[in-house]
Amino acid sequence: MALRTEELMLNMGPQHPSTHGVLRLIVTLDGENIVDVQPDIGYLHSSVEKMMEHRTYVQNVALVDRGMDYLIALNNEEVYCLAVERLAGIQPPERARYIRVIFSELNRIASHLVWLGTWAIDLGATTVFLWCFREREMILDLFEKVTGGRLHHVYFRIGGVYADLPEGWVEECGAFLDYFLPRVDEYDKLLTENPIFLARTRGVGKISRADVIAMGASGPVGRASGVAYDVRKAAPYEVYDRMEFEVPVLEEGDCFARYLVRLAEMRQAVRIIRQALRDLPGGEIRTRVPMTMKAPRGEAYVHTESPRGDLGIHIVSDGAETPYRVKIRAPSFSNLYALTEMMKGWKVADVIAILGSIDIVLSDVDR
Amino acid sequence: MSTGFVAGPGSTGGEPPPRRSQIAPIAEAVAILDNIPGGGLILTTVEAALNWGRASSIWPLTFGLACCAIEMMAAYASRFDLDRMGAIPRATPRQADLIIVAGRATIKIAPIVRRLWEQMAEPKYVISMGSCATCGGPFYYDNYSILKGIDQVIPVDVYVPGCPPRPEALIEGILKLQEQIKREPILRQQAAAVLRGA
Repeated sequence: MALRTEELMLNMGPQHPSTHGVLRLIVTLDGENIVDVQPDIGYLHSSVEKMMEHRTYVQNVALVDRGMDYLIALNNEEVYCLAVERLAGIQPPERARYIRVIFSELNRIASHLVWLGTWAIDLGATTVFLWCFREREMILDLFEKVTGGRLHHVYFRIGGVYADLPEGWVEECGAFLDYFLPRVDEYDKLLTENPIFLARTRGVGKISRADVIAMGASGPVGRASGVAYDVRKAAPYEVYDRMEFEVPVLEEGDCFARYLVRLAEMRQAVRIIRQALRDLPGGEIRTRVPMTMKAPRGEAYVHTESPRGDLGIHIVSDGAETPYRVKIRAPSFSNLYALTEMMKGWKVADVIAILGSIDIVLSDVDR
Repeated sequence: MSTGFVAGPGSTGGEPPPRRSQIAPIAEAVAILDNIPGGGLILTTVEAALNWGRASSIWPLTFGLACCAIEMMAAYASRFDLDRMGAIPRATPRQADLIIVAGRATIKIAPIVRRLWEQMAEPKYVISMGSCATCGGPFYYDNYSILKGIDQVIPVDVYVPGCPPRPEALIEGILKLQEQIKREPILRQQAAAVLRGA
Protein backbone atom coordinates (compact mmCIF):
# COMPACT_ATOMS: atom_id res chain seq x y z
CA MET A 1 0.00 0.00 0.00
CA ALA A 2 1.41 3.35 -0.99
CA LEU A 3 1.71 5.89 1.79
CA ARG A 4 -0.16 9.12 1.25
CA THR A 5 2.17 12.11 1.31
CA GLU A 6 1.29 15.74 1.25
CA GLU A 7 3.04 18.67 -0.27
CA LEU A 8 4.53 21.12 2.17
CA MET A 9 4.32 24.87 1.79
CA LEU A 10 7.42 26.55 3.13
CA ASN A 11 7.58 30.28 3.65
CA MET A 12 11.00 31.80 3.20
CA GLY A 13 11.46 35.45 3.99
CA PRO A 14 10.95 38.35 3.94
CA GLN A 15 13.40 38.28 6.82
CA HIS A 16 15.94 35.70 5.83
CA PRO A 17 19.70 36.20 5.88
CA SER A 18 20.06 34.86 2.35
CA THR A 19 17.27 36.46 0.38
CA HIS A 20 19.42 39.48 -0.55
CA GLY A 21 16.82 41.92 0.65
CA VAL A 22 13.20 41.58 1.49
CA LEU A 23 12.02 38.89 -0.86
CA ARG A 24 9.45 36.34 0.22
CA LEU A 25 9.50 32.96 -1.47
CA ILE A 26 6.62 30.56 -1.06
CA VAL A 27 8.22 27.21 -1.77
CA THR A 28 6.11 24.11 -2.35
CA LEU A 29 8.00 21.00 -1.37
CA ASP A 30 7.46 17.31 -2.00
CA GLY A 31 9.74 15.89 0.63
CA GLU A 32 12.98 17.62 -0.13
CA ASN A 33 12.22 18.33 -3.76
CA ILE A 34 10.99 21.68 -4.93
CA VAL A 35 7.70 21.48 -6.79
CA ASP A 36 7.01 25.16 -7.17
CA VAL A 37 8.37 28.53 -6.09
CA GLN A 38 6.28 31.68 -6.03
CA PRO A 39 8.08 34.94 -5.22
CA ASP A 40 6.08 37.54 -3.29
CA ILE A 41 7.45 40.97 -4.07
CA GLY A 42 6.58 44.55 -3.22
CA TYR A 43 8.16 44.77 0.22
CA LEU A 44 10.46 47.52 -0.98
CA HIS A 45 8.17 49.34 -3.38
CA SER A 46 9.35 52.93 -3.29
CA SER A 47 6.85 54.34 -5.82
CA VAL A 48 9.77 56.06 -7.51
CA GLU A 49 8.06 56.17 -10.90
CA LYS A 50 5.17 58.17 -9.45
CA MET A 51 7.49 60.42 -7.45
CA MET A 52 9.47 61.31 -10.55
CA GLU A 53 6.33 62.82 -12.06
CA HIS A 54 6.36 65.43 -9.29
CA ARG A 55 10.02 66.43 -9.54
CA THR A 56 11.88 68.33 -12.20
CA TYR A 57 14.18 66.56 -14.62
CA VAL A 58 17.23 67.84 -12.76
CA GLN A 59 15.95 66.82 -9.33
CA ASN A 60 15.14 63.31 -10.49
CA VAL A 61 18.83 62.41 -10.80
CA ALA A 62 18.98 62.19 -7.00
CA LEU A 63 15.89 60.05 -6.94
CA VAL A 64 17.00 57.36 -9.40
CA ASP A 65 20.02 56.68 -7.16
CA ARG A 66 17.83 55.63 -4.29
CA GLY A 67 14.56 54.58 -5.80
CA MET A 68 16.00 52.22 -8.39
CA ASP A 69 18.71 49.60 -7.86
CA TYR A 70 20.73 51.07 -4.99
CA LEU A 71 23.88 49.07 -5.67
CA ILE A 72 24.41 50.65 -9.07
CA ALA A 73 23.55 54.30 -8.52
CA LEU A 74 25.84 55.49 -11.30
CA ASN A 75 24.38 53.10 -13.87
CA ASN A 76 20.91 54.35 -12.92
CA GLU A 77 21.99 57.94 -13.33
CA GLU A 78 23.52 57.05 -16.68
CA VAL A 79 20.35 55.53 -18.12
CA TYR A 80 18.20 58.37 -16.76
CA CYS A 81 20.47 61.11 -18.07
CA LEU A 82 20.73 59.41 -21.45
CA ALA A 83 16.94 59.21 -21.69
CA VAL A 84 16.46 62.89 -20.82
CA GLU A 85 19.26 63.88 -23.16
CA ARG A 86 17.65 61.96 -25.99
CA LEU A 87 14.29 63.54 -25.17
CA ALA A 88 15.63 67.09 -25.04
CA GLY A 89 18.29 66.68 -27.71
CA ILE A 90 21.22 67.51 -25.45
CA GLN A 91 24.69 66.38 -26.46
CA PRO A 92 27.10 65.88 -23.54
CA PRO A 93 30.76 66.73 -24.23
CA GLU A 94 33.19 64.01 -25.20
CA ARG A 95 35.11 64.05 -21.93
CA ALA A 96 31.92 63.59 -19.91
CA ARG A 97 30.98 60.55 -21.98
CA TYR A 98 34.34 58.91 -21.29
CA ILE A 99 34.08 59.72 -17.58
CA ARG A 100 30.62 58.19 -17.53
CA VAL A 101 31.95 54.98 -19.05
CA ILE A 102 34.76 54.80 -16.48
CA PHE A 103 32.39 55.32 -13.58
CA SER A 104 29.67 52.96 -14.72
CA GLU A 105 32.23 50.22 -15.30
CA LEU A 106 33.77 50.82 -11.85
CA ASN A 107 30.27 50.57 -10.44
CA ARG A 108 29.78 47.32 -12.33
CA ILE A 109 32.86 45.88 -10.63
CA ALA A 110 31.68 47.13 -7.22
CA SER A 111 28.26 45.59 -7.76
CA HIS A 112 29.69 42.24 -8.87
CA LEU A 113 31.95 42.26 -5.82
CA VAL A 114 28.97 42.66 -3.50
CA TRP A 115 27.21 39.87 -5.34
CA LEU A 116 30.20 37.53 -5.19
CA GLY A 117 30.80 38.23 -1.51
CA THR A 118 27.22 37.75 -0.40
CA TRP A 119 26.64 34.71 -2.57
CA ALA A 120 29.81 33.07 -1.32
CA ILE A 121 28.78 33.76 2.27
CA ASP A 122 25.43 32.08 1.52
CA LEU A 123 27.34 29.03 0.32
CA GLY A 124 29.55 29.03 3.41
CA ALA A 125 32.69 30.71 2.09
CA THR A 126 33.16 33.62 4.49
CA THR A 127 36.62 34.61 3.31
CA VAL A 128 35.41 35.66 -0.12
CA PHE A 129 33.04 38.19 1.45
CA LEU A 130 35.85 39.88 3.33
CA TRP A 131 38.13 39.88 0.31
CA CYS A 132 35.49 41.30 -2.00
CA PHE A 133 34.61 44.09 0.38
CA ARG A 134 38.28 44.92 0.80
CA GLU A 135 38.54 45.67 -2.92
CA ARG A 136 35.13 47.32 -3.03
CA GLU A 137 36.20 49.85 -0.42
CA MET A 138 39.01 50.90 -2.74
CA ILE A 139 36.52 51.55 -5.54
CA LEU A 140 34.35 53.52 -3.14
CA ASP A 141 37.40 55.58 -2.20
CA LEU A 142 37.92 56.37 -5.87
CA PHE A 143 34.26 57.40 -6.13
CA GLU A 144 34.45 59.47 -3.00
CA LYS A 145 37.37 61.51 -4.27
CA VAL A 146 35.35 62.64 -7.27
CA THR A 147 31.70 62.54 -6.26
CA GLY A 148 31.87 62.91 -2.49
CA GLY A 149 29.62 59.92 -1.95
CA ARG A 150 30.14 56.24 -1.36
CA LEU A 151 26.85 54.83 -2.53
CA HIS A 152 24.67 57.63 -3.84
CA HIS A 153 26.57 60.09 -5.95
CA VAL A 154 24.29 62.36 -8.00
CA TYR A 155 27.38 62.71 -10.16
CA PHE A 156 26.04 62.26 -13.67
CA ARG A 157 23.97 65.26 -14.59
CA ILE A 158 21.86 66.00 -17.60
CA GLY A 159 24.36 67.17 -20.19
CA GLY A 160 27.49 65.79 -18.59
CA VAL A 161 28.96 65.13 -15.16
CA TYR A 162 29.01 67.29 -12.07
CA ALA A 163 32.74 67.73 -11.45
CA ASP A 164 35.99 67.08 -13.24
CA LEU A 165 38.38 64.39 -12.10
CA PRO A 166 40.79 65.72 -9.46
CA GLU A 167 44.50 65.81 -10.11
CA GLY A 168 46.15 62.41 -9.97
CA TRP A 169 42.88 60.50 -10.02
CA VAL A 170 43.51 58.88 -13.40
CA GLU A 171 46.84 57.48 -12.17
CA GLU A 172 45.23 56.31 -8.96
CA CYS A 173 42.49 54.55 -10.87
CA GLY A 174 45.09 52.91 -13.12
CA ALA A 175 47.03 51.74 -10.07
CA PHE A 176 43.86 50.27 -8.61
CA LEU A 177 43.18 48.35 -11.82
CA ASP A 178 46.73 46.93 -11.73
CA TYR A 179 46.09 45.86 -8.17
CA PHE A 180 42.62 44.53 -8.84
CA LEU A 181 43.20 42.16 -11.75
CA PRO A 182 45.35 39.68 -9.76
CA ARG A 183 42.70 39.81 -7.02
CA VAL A 184 40.12 38.46 -9.49
CA ASP A 185 42.50 35.56 -10.08
CA GLU A 186 42.56 35.07 -6.33
CA TYR A 187 38.78 34.76 -6.14
CA ASP A 188 39.03 32.41 -9.07
CA LYS A 189 41.56 30.26 -7.26
CA LEU A 190 39.56 30.32 -4.06
CA LEU A 191 36.26 29.22 -5.60
CA THR A 192 36.56 27.78 -9.10
CA GLU A 193 38.49 24.71 -8.00
CA ASN A 194 36.88 24.43 -4.60
CA PRO A 195 35.13 21.00 -4.51
CA ILE A 196 32.44 22.16 -2.05
CA PHE A 197 31.67 25.21 -4.16
CA LEU A 198 31.58 23.06 -7.31
CA ALA A 199 29.23 20.54 -5.70
CA ARG A 200 26.86 23.32 -4.67
CA THR A 201 26.85 25.16 -8.01
CA ARG A 202 27.89 23.06 -11.01
CA GLY A 203 24.85 21.77 -12.86
CA VAL A 204 22.54 23.32 -10.28
CA GLY A 205 19.67 25.57 -11.30
CA LYS A 206 19.89 25.05 -15.04
CA ILE A 207 17.81 27.11 -17.39
CA SER A 208 17.69 26.68 -21.13
CA ARG A 209 18.35 29.34 -23.73
CA ALA A 210 14.73 29.23 -24.94
CA ASP A 211 13.41 29.72 -21.40
CA VAL A 212 15.73 32.64 -20.78
CA ILE A 213 14.50 34.38 -23.90
CA ALA A 214 10.86 33.58 -23.14
CA MET A 215 11.12 34.99 -19.60
CA GLY A 216 12.99 38.09 -20.72
CA ALA A 217 15.94 37.40 -18.45
CA SER A 218 19.00 39.37 -19.45
CA GLY A 219 22.49 40.25 -18.33
CA PRO A 220 24.75 37.58 -16.87
CA VAL A 221 21.76 35.27 -16.35
CA GLY A 222 21.04 35.30 -20.07
CA ARG A 223 24.67 35.16 -21.15
CA ALA A 224 25.31 32.13 -18.95
CA SER A 225 22.61 30.31 -20.92
CA GLY A 226 24.01 31.12 -24.32
CA VAL A 227 22.16 34.35 -25.16
CA ALA A 228 24.93 36.48 -26.62
CA TYR A 229 23.19 39.76 -25.92
CA ASP A 230 24.82 42.78 -24.37
CA VAL A 231 23.33 46.23 -24.87
CA ARG A 232 26.81 47.72 -24.95
CA LYS A 233 27.39 45.74 -28.15
CA ALA A 234 23.87 45.47 -29.53
CA ALA A 235 22.92 49.14 -29.18
CA PRO A 236 26.07 51.01 -28.11
CA TYR A 237 25.55 54.13 -26.02
CA GLU A 238 28.08 56.66 -24.68
CA VAL A 239 31.41 55.63 -26.22
CA TYR A 240 31.15 51.85 -25.95
CA ASP A 241 31.35 51.50 -29.72
CA ARG A 242 34.96 52.72 -29.52
CA MET A 243 35.92 50.24 -26.83
CA GLU A 244 37.36 46.84 -27.45
CA PHE A 245 35.91 44.21 -25.17
CA GLU A 246 34.44 40.76 -25.27
CA VAL A 247 31.05 39.64 -24.08
CA PRO A 248 31.55 36.43 -22.11
CA VAL A 249 28.95 33.85 -23.12
CA LEU A 250 28.59 30.32 -21.76
CA GLU A 251 26.19 27.55 -22.73
CA GLU A 252 25.68 25.62 -19.49
CA GLY A 253 23.04 27.87 -17.89
CA ASP A 254 23.76 26.70 -14.34
CA CYS A 255 24.83 28.62 -11.22
CA PHE A 256 28.48 27.92 -11.95
CA ALA A 257 28.21 29.40 -15.45
CA ARG A 258 26.57 32.55 -14.06
CA TYR A 259 29.45 32.85 -11.63
CA LEU A 260 32.04 32.44 -14.38
CA VAL A 261 30.31 35.00 -16.60
CA ARG A 262 30.37 37.64 -13.85
CA LEU A 263 33.98 36.90 -13.05
CA ALA A 264 34.86 37.36 -16.72
CA GLU A 265 32.80 40.56 -16.81
CA MET A 266 34.91 42.03 -14.04
CA ARG A 267 38.01 41.39 -16.12
CA GLN A 268 36.37 42.94 -19.18
CA ALA A 269 35.33 45.97 -17.15
CA VAL A 270 38.94 46.50 -16.17
CA ARG A 271 39.84 46.34 -19.86
CA ILE A 272 37.22 48.94 -20.77
CA ILE A 273 38.27 51.32 -17.98
CA ARG A 274 41.91 51.08 -19.05
CA GLN A 275 41.01 52.05 -22.61
CA ALA A 276 38.81 54.91 -21.42
CA LEU A 277 41.54 56.20 -19.12
CA ARG A 278 44.04 56.02 -21.96
CA ASP A 279 41.81 57.82 -24.49
CA LEU A 280 40.28 60.30 -22.02
CA PRO A 281 40.03 63.58 -23.93
CA GLY A 282 40.33 67.02 -22.38
CA GLY A 283 37.84 69.83 -22.56
CA GLU A 284 34.43 70.59 -21.10
CA ILE A 285 32.66 68.20 -18.79
CA ARG A 286 29.16 69.58 -18.95
CA THR A 287 26.82 71.23 -21.40
CA ARG A 288 24.93 74.05 -19.75
CA VAL A 289 21.42 73.01 -18.92
CA PRO A 290 19.03 75.34 -17.06
CA MET A 291 18.01 74.13 -13.61
CA THR A 292 14.37 74.28 -14.64
CA MET A 293 14.82 72.69 -18.01
CA LYS A 294 11.75 71.76 -19.98
CA ALA A 295 11.78 68.78 -22.28
CA PRO A 296 9.84 69.06 -25.51
CA ARG A 297 6.65 67.08 -25.96
CA GLY A 298 7.39 63.51 -26.86
CA GLU A 299 8.82 60.32 -25.45
CA ALA A 300 12.15 58.53 -25.30
CA TYR A 301 13.25 55.05 -24.40
CA VAL A 302 16.87 54.29 -23.60
CA HIS A 303 18.26 51.01 -22.41
CA THR A 304 21.69 50.23 -21.08
CA GLU A 305 23.58 47.23 -19.81
CA SER A 306 23.45 47.42 -16.05
CA PRO A 307 25.35 44.85 -13.95
CA ARG A 308 22.08 42.88 -13.68
CA GLY A 309 21.01 43.10 -17.29
CA ASP A 310 19.00 45.19 -19.69
CA LEU A 311 18.03 48.32 -17.76
CA GLY A 312 15.64 50.60 -19.61
CA ILE A 313 13.88 53.83 -18.88
CA HIS A 314 10.93 55.26 -20.77
CA ILE A 315 10.12 58.92 -20.27
CA VAL A 316 7.01 60.62 -21.62
CA SER A 317 7.00 64.39 -21.64
CA ASP A 318 4.09 66.78 -22.09
CA GLY A 319 6.41 69.75 -22.43
CA ALA A 320 6.51 70.66 -18.74
CA GLU A 321 9.37 70.81 -16.24
CA THR A 322 8.51 67.39 -14.87
CA PRO A 323 8.10 64.12 -16.72
CA TYR A 324 4.53 63.12 -17.50
CA ARG A 325 5.23 59.44 -16.97
CA VAL A 326 8.33 57.40 -16.25
CA LYS A 327 8.55 53.66 -16.66
CA ILE A 328 11.57 51.71 -15.53
CA ARG A 329 12.34 48.37 -17.13
CA ALA A 330 14.17 46.60 -14.33
CA PRO A 331 16.39 43.62 -15.18
CA SER A 332 16.05 42.02 -11.75
CA PHE A 333 12.29 41.78 -12.19
CA SER A 334 12.60 39.67 -15.34
CA ASN A 335 15.42 37.64 -13.85
CA LEU A 336 13.23 36.88 -10.85
CA TYR A 337 10.62 35.60 -13.28
CA ALA A 338 13.09 32.97 -14.47
CA LEU A 339 13.76 31.85 -10.90
CA THR A 340 10.74 29.52 -10.68
CA GLU A 341 11.91 27.68 -13.78
CA MET A 342 15.46 27.36 -12.43
CA MET A 343 14.39 26.00 -9.06
CA LYS A 344 11.87 23.36 -10.10
CA GLY A 345 13.10 19.84 -9.41
CA TRP A 346 16.00 20.84 -7.19
CA LYS A 347 16.40 20.16 -3.49
CA VAL A 348 15.44 22.62 -0.81
CA ALA A 349 19.12 23.12 0.06
CA ASP A 350 19.71 24.49 -3.45
CA VAL A 351 17.21 27.34 -3.04
CA ILE A 352 19.82 29.65 -1.58
CA ALA A 353 22.47 28.80 -4.16
CA ILE A 354 20.09 29.39 -7.08
CA LEU A 355 18.54 32.54 -5.64
CA GLY A 356 21.93 34.07 -5.01
CA SER A 357 23.18 33.22 -8.46
CA ILE A 358 20.71 35.48 -10.29
CA ASP A 359 22.04 38.51 -8.38
CA ILE A 360 18.74 40.09 -7.55
CA VAL A 361 18.34 43.41 -5.81
CA LEU A 362 14.86 43.91 -4.45
CA SER A 363 14.96 47.64 -4.90
CA ASP A 364 15.30 46.97 -8.60
CA VAL A 365 12.44 44.47 -8.60
CA ASP A 366 9.96 46.58 -6.65
CA ARG A 367 11.06 50.11 -7.58
CA MET B 1 47.70 43.34 37.31
CA SER B 2 46.77 46.95 37.37
CA THR B 3 43.10 47.54 37.10
CA GLY B 4 42.77 50.89 38.83
CA PHE B 5 39.09 50.36 39.19
CA VAL B 6 36.44 53.02 39.54
CA ALA B 7 32.80 52.19 39.99
CA GLY B 8 30.80 52.14 36.77
CA PRO B 9 28.64 55.04 35.74
CA GLY B 10 25.54 53.07 36.64
CA SER B 11 26.18 53.19 40.36
CA THR B 12 26.45 56.93 40.82
CA GLY B 13 23.01 58.03 39.69
CA GLY B 14 21.53 60.85 41.71
CA GLU B 15 23.76 60.78 44.78
CA PRO B 16 26.52 63.32 45.40
CA PRO B 17 30.02 61.97 44.78
CA PRO B 18 31.72 60.60 47.93
CA ARG B 19 34.33 62.75 49.65
CA ARG B 20 37.96 61.99 48.88
CA SER B 21 38.63 61.00 52.51
CA GLN B 22 35.98 58.31 52.22
CA ILE B 23 37.41 56.59 49.18
CA ALA B 24 41.09 56.87 50.00
CA PRO B 25 41.35 53.65 52.05
CA ILE B 26 39.86 51.61 49.20
CA ALA B 27 42.23 53.16 46.70
CA GLU B 28 45.12 52.30 49.01
CA ALA B 29 43.87 48.75 49.37
CA VAL B 30 43.66 48.44 45.59
CA ALA B 31 47.18 49.80 45.25
CA ILE B 32 48.51 47.30 47.79
CA LEU B 33 46.71 44.35 46.26
CA ASP B 34 47.79 45.31 42.76
CA ASN B 35 51.42 44.89 43.75
CA ILE B 36 50.96 41.33 45.01
CA PRO B 37 51.65 38.82 42.22
CA GLY B 38 48.33 37.34 41.13
CA GLY B 39 46.57 39.97 43.17
CA GLY B 40 44.40 42.73 41.94
CA LEU B 41 40.99 43.85 42.92
CA ILE B 42 37.95 45.00 41.07
CA LEU B 43 35.27 46.78 42.96
CA THR B 44 32.01 47.45 41.22
CA THR B 45 28.32 47.09 41.51
CA VAL B 46 26.64 44.04 40.02
CA GLU B 47 24.60 46.39 37.90
CA ALA B 48 27.61 48.13 36.36
CA ALA B 49 29.26 44.78 35.65
CA LEU B 50 26.11 43.40 34.04
CA ASN B 51 25.66 46.52 31.94
CA TRP B 52 29.28 46.43 30.88
CA GLY B 53 28.78 42.87 29.67
CA ARG B 54 25.53 43.68 27.89
CA ALA B 55 26.93 46.77 26.21
CA SER B 56 30.02 44.92 24.99
CA SER B 57 28.12 42.13 23.26
CA ILE B 58 25.24 43.66 21.38
CA TRP B 59 24.14 41.15 18.82
CA PRO B 60 22.29 42.79 15.95
CA LEU B 61 19.77 41.00 13.78
CA THR B 62 20.84 40.35 10.18
CA PHE B 63 18.06 42.34 8.61
CA GLY B 64 18.58 44.82 5.82
CA LEU B 65 15.92 46.66 3.92
CA ALA B 66 17.56 48.89 1.30
CA CYS B 67 20.67 50.93 0.52
CA CYS B 68 21.63 51.40 4.18
CA ALA B 69 21.93 47.63 4.46
CA ILE B 70 24.82 47.76 2.00
CA GLU B 71 26.61 50.25 4.25
CA MET B 72 25.71 48.03 7.21
CA MET B 73 27.36 45.11 5.40
CA ALA B 74 30.37 47.30 4.74
CA ALA B 75 30.48 48.08 8.46
CA TYR B 76 30.64 44.36 9.22
CA ALA B 77 33.26 43.73 6.54
CA SER B 78 36.99 44.12 6.24
CA ARG B 79 37.73 47.79 6.70
CA PHE B 80 35.35 48.78 9.48
CA ASP B 81 34.98 45.44 11.27
CA LEU B 82 32.04 46.00 13.58
CA ASP B 83 32.81 42.70 15.33
CA ARG B 84 35.45 44.48 17.39
CA MET B 85 32.62 46.34 19.14
CA GLY B 86 31.16 42.98 20.10
CA ALA B 87 28.41 43.29 17.51
CA ILE B 88 28.12 39.90 15.87
CA PRO B 89 25.21 39.57 13.45
CA ARG B 90 22.62 36.93 14.29
CA ALA B 91 20.25 35.49 11.75
CA THR B 92 17.27 35.05 14.05
CA PRO B 93 15.47 37.61 16.20
CA ARG B 94 15.42 35.15 19.11
CA GLN B 95 19.17 35.56 19.57
CA ALA B 96 19.37 39.25 18.78
CA ASP B 97 19.55 42.21 21.16
CA LEU B 98 19.44 44.91 18.53
CA ILE B 99 17.56 45.47 15.32
CA ILE B 100 19.15 47.93 12.91
CA VAL B 101 16.39 49.18 10.64
CA ALA B 102 18.57 49.86 7.62
CA GLY B 103 16.67 51.45 4.81
CA ARG B 104 13.22 52.52 3.78
CA ALA B 105 10.37 50.56 5.29
CA THR B 106 7.26 50.22 3.18
CA ILE B 107 3.77 49.93 4.57
CA LYS B 108 3.87 46.29 3.45
CA ILE B 109 6.99 45.44 5.47
CA ALA B 110 6.04 47.47 8.56
CA PRO B 111 4.03 44.70 10.28
CA ILE B 112 6.90 42.30 9.63
CA VAL B 113 9.43 44.64 11.26
CA ARG B 114 7.03 44.92 14.19
CA ARG B 115 6.77 41.12 14.40
CA LEU B 116 10.55 40.73 14.31
CA TRP B 117 10.89 43.28 17.11
CA GLU B 118 8.25 41.44 19.14
CA GLN B 119 10.11 38.16 18.65
CA MET B 120 13.30 39.56 20.15
CA ALA B 121 13.96 38.83 23.81
CA GLU B 122 14.10 41.72 26.32
CA PRO B 123 16.15 43.83 26.75
CA LYS B 124 16.09 44.91 23.13
CA TYR B 125 17.17 47.97 21.26
CA VAL B 126 16.45 49.61 17.94
CA ILE B 127 18.75 51.68 15.78
CA SER B 128 17.09 53.60 12.99
CA MET B 129 19.72 53.84 10.28
CA GLY B 130 19.40 56.49 7.63
CA SER B 131 16.89 59.16 6.73
CA CYS B 132 14.28 56.78 5.34
CA ALA B 133 13.99 54.75 8.54
CA THR B 134 14.08 57.92 10.62
CA CYS B 135 11.45 60.01 8.84
CA GLY B 136 10.85 58.75 5.32
CA GLY B 137 13.83 60.68 3.99
CA PRO B 138 13.74 61.43 0.28
CA PHE B 139 10.52 59.42 0.03
CA TYR B 140 8.58 61.76 2.30
CA TYR B 141 6.64 63.74 -0.27
CA ASP B 142 4.39 62.49 -3.08
CA ASN B 143 4.76 58.93 -1.95
CA TYR B 144 2.11 56.32 -1.29
CA SER B 145 4.13 53.31 -0.19
CA ILE B 146 6.87 54.30 2.27
CA LEU B 147 6.35 54.53 6.00
CA LYS B 148 7.30 57.98 7.28
CA GLY B 149 9.66 56.76 9.94
CA ILE B 150 10.01 53.37 11.58
CA ASP B 151 9.28 54.92 14.99
CA GLN B 152 5.62 54.76 14.04
CA VAL B 153 5.89 51.02 14.45
CA ILE B 154 8.66 50.28 16.97
CA PRO B 155 10.38 52.44 19.59
CA VAL B 156 13.78 53.71 18.46
CA ASP B 157 16.78 54.17 20.78
CA VAL B 158 19.34 55.72 18.45
CA TYR B 159 18.80 57.55 15.19
CA VAL B 160 21.72 57.53 12.75
CA PRO B 161 21.35 60.30 10.15
CA GLY B 162 22.59 60.11 6.59
CA CYS B 163 21.52 58.94 3.17
CA PRO B 164 23.01 56.43 3.54
CA PRO B 165 25.07 56.94 6.72
CA ARG B 166 28.70 56.03 6.35
CA PRO B 167 29.84 52.91 8.23
CA GLU B 168 31.63 55.23 10.67
CA ALA B 169 28.28 56.83 11.45
CA LEU B 170 26.73 53.44 12.18
CA ILE B 171 29.64 52.56 14.45
CA GLU B 172 29.11 55.87 16.25
CA GLY B 173 25.47 54.94 16.65
CA ILE B 174 26.40 51.62 18.19
CA LEU B 175 28.85 53.33 20.56
CA LYS B 176 26.10 55.75 21.60
CA LEU B 177 23.84 52.79 22.26
CA GLN B 178 26.57 51.18 24.37
CA GLU B 179 26.82 54.35 26.46
CA GLN B 180 23.08 54.29 26.90
CA ILE B 181 23.11 50.63 27.97
CA LYS B 182 25.90 51.26 30.49
CA ARG B 183 23.75 53.88 32.21
CA GLU B 184 20.68 51.71 32.51
CA PRO B 185 19.43 51.16 36.10
CA ILE B 186 18.30 47.59 35.44
CA LEU B 187 18.73 46.29 38.99
CA ARG B 188 17.69 49.50 40.74
CA GLN B 189 14.48 49.41 38.75
CA GLN B 190 13.81 45.86 39.91
CA ALA B 191 14.59 46.83 43.48
CA ALA B 192 12.20 49.73 43.22
CA ALA B 193 9.52 47.41 41.89
CA VAL B 194 10.05 45.06 44.85
CA LEU B 195 9.84 47.96 47.27
CA ARG B 196 6.65 49.20 45.68
CA GLY B 197 5.16 45.71 45.83
CA ALA B 198 6.12 45.35 49.53
